[in-house]
Amino acid sequence: VFRSEDAGRTWKEAETPPAFPKASDPSQAMSVSHVFWLTPGHSSQPQRWYAGTSPQGLFVSDDGGRNWKGVEGFNSNPDRLNWIGGLQDAPPDGGTLHSLSVDPFDAEHLYIGLSTGGSFESRDAGASWTPLNAGIAAEFLPDPNAPYGHDPHCMRVHPKVRGILYQQNHCGIYRLDRANDRWMRIGDNMPKDIGDIGFPMTLHPRDPKTAWVFPMDGGTVWPRVSVGGRPAAYVTRDAGASWQRQDRGLPAEQAWFTVKRQAMTADTLDPVGLYFGTTGGEVWASRDEGASWECIRSHLPQVHAVEAAIAE
Amino acid sequence: MKVLLPSPLASYTANAREVQATGATLDEVLRDLDRRYPGIRFRVIDEQDAIRPHIKIFVNREQASGIARRLGPDDEILVVAALSGG
Repeated sequence: VFRSEDAGRTWKEAETPPAFPKASDPSQAMSVSHVFWLTPGHSSQPQRWYAGTSPQGLFVSDDGGRNWKGVEGFNSNPDRLNWIGGLQDAPPDGGTLHSLSVDPFDAEHLYIGLSTGGSFESRDAGASWTPLNAGIAAEFLPDPNAPYGHDPHCMRVHPKVRGILYQQNHCGIYRLDRANDRWMRIGDNMPKDIGDIGFPMTLHPRDPKTAWVFPMDGGTVWPRVSVGGRPAAYVTRDAGASWQRQDRGLPAEQAWFTVKRQAMTADTLDPVGLYFGTTGGEVWASRDEGASWECIRSHLPQVHAVEAAIAE
Repeated sequence: MKVLLPSPLASYTANAREVQATGATLDEVLRDLDRRYPGIRFRVIDEQDAIRPHIKIFVNREQASGIARRLGPDDEILVVAALSGG
């Protein structure tokens, strides 16, 4: 983990990076391959940061990211290996802990996504964890009601309205209202020729019924590119009951975009600005909530993540 | 003793590719380097004290299999990076 406090001009490495404890039994030895996800703590904890790693590990810092320690309620949890499975269950670049979110209404309430493993929550700041996968499909598991083992790609917690979550999963797009506590597959309402496979999930900063996805071809060989070579975002403004295509300004054909799970985001302006990056090194932006798009940067290396901030 | 470092580690040593270090084992040498160049040890070995993928350490041109390798005061250490990086 590297920190910059001058808008990226200089960077300083963490003094104590995220690392698993040294194991006395070599068969239990774990090593952090890379930090995959960073999330700031609750607004009441301004120095707190959380990190998710590959393989699936959870770490916390209480000094702005200088020193990190493991969240042992997850890392040493006796069920952790059951949740994440073996190497055969991991994505091509290794298993990851991602979609770390802190409930904006409860600093002790954490959400995580495991690829693979599924979605989990903790209500005691990470000391204990329970699966949160009811209603989610896992076509690669024999049990259609398996409690865990799913593959969330990107899960987002609404920042303003309590208990509303959205998720782009390996197997569809979902919305969760904690009042019901069962994920609803709102991707079933996407056009059938587009499907509901993809990586990112982006929420409106205020309206809990508005969200965006960027569908990928989920055909038989999973090419992970824009369906038919015609990239488009899709927006719902009614909590997933219907979806509208948003492709004005995007290439009309022969454009095989891949947008990774951290590479699409929204700002907090009104109208909302949207941004996504491609593995081909382009960054696209919309100043009108997705109604039109323009390429604002090209010829970059592969874009892994895009974040928006309002410059003071 | 002399330690030769690869370019990916030069950011830790103010671009010095050849540094001096002391220690009776590779482990001690890496700890000595980390005191003067914080963070460099964790780039070479992981939290289980295993030499990281894409890193090799040679002592007098013989590859070391682990950091317990004992050293003499006149040994020369060569750290090589990204052998498998293409």
